[in-house]
Amino acid sequence: MFTNFFLELRQAKVPVSIKEYLALMEGMDKHVADYSIDDFYYLSRAILVKDERNLDKFDKVFGHVFKGLEALPAEGTTAEIPEEWLRKLAEKLLTDEEKAQIEAMGGWEKLMETLKKRLEEQQKRHQGGSKWIGTAGTSPFGAYGFNPEGVRIGQDKNREGRAVKVWDKREYKNLDDTVEIGTRNIKIALRRLRKFAREGAEVELDMPDTIRSTARNAGYLDIKMVAERRNKVKCLLLFDIGGSMDAHIRVCEELFSAARSEFKHLEFFYFHNCLYEKLWKDNRRRHVDTYSTAQLMHTFPPDYKIIFVGDASMSPYEIAYPGGSVEHWNEEAGQIWIQRMADTYRSMVWLNPVPERHWSYTPSIQLLQQLSSNRMFPLTLGGLDSAMKELNK
Amino acid sequence: MKFAGTESYVASDDLRVAVNASIALQRPLLIKGEPGTGKTVLAHEVAKAIGAPLIEWHIKSTTKAQQGLYEYDAVSRLRDSQLGDERVKDIAHYIKRGKLWDAFTSDQRPVLLIDEIDKADIEFPNDLLLELDRMEFYVYETQEVVKAVQRPIVMITSNNEKELPDAFLRRCFFHYIRFPDREIMTQIVDVHFPDLQRNLLREALNVFYDIRDVPGLKKKPSTSELLDWLKLLMVEDMSPDALRSKDSKQLIPPLHGALLKNEQDVHLFERLAFMARREQRQ
Repeated sequence: MFTNFFLELRQAKVPVSIKEYLALMEGMDKHVADYSIDDFYYLSRAILVKDERNLDKFDKVFGHVFKGLEALPAEGTTAEIPEEWLRKLAEKLLTDEEKAQIEAMGGWEKLMETLKKRLEEQQKRHQGGSKWIGTAGTSPFGAYGFNPEGVRIGQDKNREGRAVKVWDKREYKNLDDTVEIGTRNIKIALRRLRKFAREGAEVELDMPDTIRSTARNAGYLDIKMVAERRNKVKCLLLFDIGGSMDAHIRVCEELFSAARSEFKHLEFFYFHNCLYEKLWKDNRRRHVDTYSTAQLMHTFPPDYKIIFVGDASMSPYEIAYPGGSVEHWNEEAGQIWIQRMADTYRSMVWLNPVPERHWSYTPSIQLLQQLSSNRMFPLTLGGLDSAMKELNK
Repeated sequence: MKFAGTESYVASDDLRVAVNASIALQRPLLIKGEPGTGKTVLAHEVAKAIGAPLIEWHIKSTTKAQQGLYEYDAVSRLRDSQLGDERVKDIAHYIKRGKLWDAFTSDQRPVLLIDEIDKADIEFPNDLLLELDRMEFYVYETQEVVKAVQRPIVMITSNNEKELPDAFLRRCFFHYIRFPDREIMTQIVDVHFPDLQRNLLREALNVFYDIRDVPGLKKKPSTSELLDWLKLLMVEDMSPDALRSKDSKQLIPPLHGALLKNEQDVHLFERLAFMARREQRQ
């Protein structure tokens, strides 16, 4: 039974090894869990799970193995609705007419059933409207809207009651690493990208130099100091802005603010849909204050790491043909500019907020994936991690 | 040696089991959680509960793993040699013991707290693998092996600023301290302020959880901030009515400085208060 548990954990991609399994057996042997199933759950969780992001998977497997709960769906599990979606906007009041409509919709159970169905269908954040789950709409699901029988999601729901089995509550769901990311996590991922160099005030003892100069000084101590090592990575962030990117604005903002505090040498520019001959730094003055892409390639030396952020979803003509841009007449095709960037800068990645499994349906994403020689990564924690590894090469 | 919480620390069931497992199986326990949920305090309380000495090792961004074992002070030895000091003949005089050494050679089984391990360089945990696993290390200068007489109870806290390496995690047990709910929070406050008025506590908790629910706060107030704030409220002799601000003019709670640590958060809160007032007028 325990072997089965162990194997299922591995199948659900919770990284457990023999070492931990043996530790669990040892714990059982020493009566740490004392024959109570709750204690056993806590014990195995402490021993087998090493990262809060895996707690949810662990809970599911535990529930499945020890009670016969539903198995972990293979790919594309529905993510719990992040609290922020529901917390947005202030409350919205509806007309009496609308209230009556909602009341007519049916009883509590029916609401729950429909909610479950909607949760499965819905993928994106939603606001307003009258069907999807989100904020300030007239749908019965979601906060700050109006439905007398509505289900309120996004409220604090940690309760340490005995009534529900602890592992069935699965309170750790929102820490799963495939769900959208928050600044803090992004910072951690960005920290992979570090390159140390000595710079600044001299505070450390330089041993070899001290010995060398002491010897030269006829044995009299001559202490030499060196500067501390600091992160010297230089980053250039290029954001796709406007249009289809509006849906991803939040995650881009998070990435931007995390990157800002993480890197000392950080520059950013905006572009629209695809990279052409012009970039800008201020979206309000985008037609006036532009920066030529050619100049950019001359200004920033090739040791800069280039990070494109964009959904790469557009008509393929916008990339492949001169004059393809939706905003202006471009003399040279977008792909030529991207190719030039790739030639100039050795380290370049493209972060795409569109979920990876949808990439194959959009030709322009595939085109850009090719142009960046397969260095496109999804804008999730996992993707960011691999992107940073790629940049570090 | 079983840990069951103390007079001044409320431990949830899962935390209790995790601590006991790490004591019984002699593995390090890694504690993560929001700042201010009592990660560091836990080590203090465990030490107090089982009557073991506590050895604290606070990690900074410049801390090296070697400093926890020992440091060889070559510079003062060199200087001594130039001054003709007799001590210079024995290298052992210039070996400074680190916290791990202290913990390994302690007479009584100690609790070793490695605080905020994520602050150190990314390689730091990897450098401690063998030492934490076998609880021994080798001193090159004197060619001796320092081996733990009794394996210390090791508690490691992390604020999640850095990902810890897998090999390191394999050797630890792990516990994630969740933010306490109302019920547990009431217990925690009881433990700290036994003679706090019931109704003041109820109002204060209302305000506290309301603030935590405000969307877009940069830093949510945590347990330690709540305790500070309650202390202030008691010192100022605040009445429960002053906190019941739902309908009154001021929505910003009194002495909010203890709860909100960021001027943007205070602004956000003021703006919300302003909006609430405007709505009332309409």
